[in-house]
Amino acid sequence: MFETFPSLALFGGILIGISAALLLAFNGRIAGISGILYNLLFNPLSGSERSWRLAFLIGLIGGGYLMLPVEFELRQSYPPILLIVSGLAVGIGTRIGNGCTSGHGVCGIGLMAGRSLVATATFMASGIITVTILRNFIG
Amino acid sequence: MKRIIIALISGLIFGAGLVISEMVNPVKVQRFLDLFGNWDSSLAFVMGGAVAVTLVTSRFIVKRKTPWFADRFYMAVKTNIDSRLILGASLFGLGWGLSGYCPGPGIINAMINPAEAVLFLPALIIGGWIGQRYSA
Repeated sequence: MFETFPSLALFGGILIGISAALLLAFNGRIAGISGILYNLLFNPLSGSERSWRLAFLIGLIGGGYLMLPVEFELRQSYPPILLIVSGLAVGIGTRIGNGCTSGHGVCGIGLMAGRSLVATATFMASGIITVTILRNFIG
Repeated sequence: MKRIIIALISGLIFGAGLVISEMVNPVKVQRFLDLFGNWDSSLAFVMGGAVAVTLVTSRFIVKRKTPWFADRFYMAVKTNIDSRLILGASLFGLGWGLSGYCPGPGIINAMINPAEAVLFLPALIIGGWIGQRYSA
């Protein structure tokens, strides 16, 4: 039981929740990674609007770096076309749907926002359908 | 300055959480989404743990009139469920399933699996730009 219980997954999830709670409690901001990234890249922002977003992304990369190296085996020779189409779909989808796993899935559901509940149910279902098709018909 | 430090700390904890929980492993993410195949349930605990924390804390946080270091809460403006939300979330799910990357883990994978990130990340940014044009 204890060997199979995903305690690291739970611990990591709790950390993500704490991170979102901190940003909301102190700065009043949603820890939505896609929104933070796109606002930084595509929207003209004032100095302070830009700097907190930049600080968050630097932190995100730094926090990941501190926990490296990872223990899992790296995926090799995954079809490049899948990676490119995936990036495009994630980019377009999270922009027009106003959020990704973090903004809708973690922050929005925490705030019990109806939009986020619907978005999360939709991208989960769509992801499950995609993987099911990928596994059974492509390999 | 206070807000920048909070954002940095928040980002640090978020990034650490993504790596510790193995959300940054796209193979594991795809197995998590493989509900009708060889399902790996462990990542449900990542979402579950994160949402448990935000569900409990958010109600206390937004009870206050303002955040500690800012003049107001910057919440989403939109509250309606429209076709753009559904289309966007569907496209996102499609992309998430195709590679196993969502935006945060995609960014962190620049340090873990650069051979994949060099394809995924530019496509993500171009996709975001296209979405932005479509939004305007």
